Amino acid sequence: MISSFLIYKLILVVVIFLITLLVAAYSTYAERKVAAFLQDRIGPDRAGPFGILQPLADGLKFIMKEEIIPNVSNKFLFILGPCIAMMTALMAGVIIPWGGTLTINGESYSLQIADLNIGILYVFGVVSIGVYGIMIGGWASNNKFSLLGAIRASAQMISYEIAMGLSIIAFVLTTGTLSLGEISAMQAGGEGNAWNFWNVIYQPLGFLIFLICAFAECNRTPFDLPECETELVGGYHTEYSSMKLGFYLFAEYINMFVSSAVISTLYFGGYNFPFMNNLGLEPNTITIIGTGALFLKIVFFIFFFMWIRWTIPRFRYDQLMHLGWKILIPLAILNIFVTGLIKILT
Amino acid sequence: MLTNRSKVVVKKEMNFLERIYLPAILGGLAITFKHLFKKAPTVRYPEKEREVSAVWRGQHVLKRDDKGAERCTACGLCAVACPAEAITMVAAERKKGEEHLYREEKYASTYEINMLRCIFCGLCEEACPKEAIFLTDRILETDYGREEFVFGKDKLVERVDARIDVSKRQTSAVREFKQLKQLSHNK
Repeated sequence: MISSFLIYKLILVVVIFLITLLVAAYSTYAERKVAAFLQDRIGPDRAGPFGILQPLADGLKFIMKEEIIPNVSNKFLFILGPCIAMMTALMAGVIIPWGGTLTINGESYSLQIADLNIGILYVFGVVSIGVYGIMIGGWASNNKFSLLGAIRASAQMISYEIAMGLSIIAFVLTTGTLSLGEISAMQAGGEGNAWNFWNVIYQPLGFLIFLICAFAECNRTPFDLPECETELVGGYHTEYSSMKLGFYLFAEYINMFVSSAVISTLYFGGYNFPFMNNLGLEPNTITIIGTGALFLKIVFFIFFFMWIRWTIPRFRYDQLMHLGWKILIPLAILNIFVTGLIKILT
Repeated sequence: MLTNRSKVVVKKEMNFLERIYLPAILGGLAITFKHLFKKAPTVRYPEKEREVSAVWRGQHVLKRDDKGAERCTACGLCAVACPAEAITMVAAERKKGEEHLYREEKYASTYEINMLRCIFCGLCEEACPKEAIFLTDRILETDYGREEFVFGKDKLVERVDARIDVSKRQTSAVREFKQLKQLSHNK
């Protein structure tokens, strides 16, 4: 029996899937344009007006290239690696509340695919499996540089997951719930002072730690040692060509998109915008504008990711490990301590 | 010390603000953000072209004199002067009835410049005693194969009715050289 609920969820899944792919594709275009403008040049501007069709050209290029699978590699794992990376990157988009609820014909449809009550924990779980994608890819290539890149990548990702989890514990102490839908609703703001309710005000240190760990999880500069060309040839994606390489690179941009969405939802109010309840608009309109506001925040964070990438040099591996274990974890524990203290005292 | 230019290396420990990296990062972000609003010095070729100087060295031309006869006498000085060995030629003798085509008895029946080897240095232009070869400000057209870039006389000799102006390449030293009495046979 296919109920209307299931149909609605299926439609939502397809829509969010397409939007994710679209945003990730245009992130590649934005990356090149932002990088160019930050470096006093113009990016791609030949494919279509202002180079808008560049992602299409890139996608076509990836499809038309020759698929090379090294003879000495483990063929099944070689193909599995990018698949896992892509799958976990997309799965994390399920939990994000893209908007409030739309009321059509008396039925209320929530713009979130699955409002699990263990929301953030699910995100962490999925991101942890994403490490497998990189490790399997590096191992299956049967190549020293790939293996080194994969080892570094997995070590980096698991180290920074700990600090991320600890900062989320302090966060949960403030909000009292793990579910992302409820966290977004809690930041809806009251009369007049709509700004005071965004969680970044309550958890500034937690936000900083979470942001740094998000950079590390996405393998973005300054933590992009696993894939930098100068140190490791190509790292874990040295041996990959054509669509599998496309999957790896795409999965990185989808990860960036999902990380931005999670940060916006947790700390910056998600789909809420200032004075949303005071303008006297219809609930449906508020929801739609809220979704637009969420995307604005996501775009800002994606721009921030790229801005940082072209500003800071990358960390050396031992500096990276030192930062993750010896600085961020104690800071996160201190954060929990202070948050708990304040919670008890008030 | 051999010079007084050596600087002693100072290795200080970072203070607290430097060690947490954040102020330095924020400063860096401000610098890169400023660059977003600066104008890029990129020239959007082929819609706009970069301005070149008056003596810019582009494609070669084999000039004719006022009466329309080719000036080149296949002496080979340009081929010898060329550092990339791009010029080759085959000389021939002028027959009766061809006096209006060639200035002297020796002329170049085949004159080829391999444009892919040419480095556009202009040494051939400096070496020529007959003021036959000049570099103009024309840009080479692109093409797809190596053979198409060996330019023969059909592409190099200027047309009788469409002379190419090379007066800007003649500096005062060149003009002075032209007034010398010993070289009046070059006119």
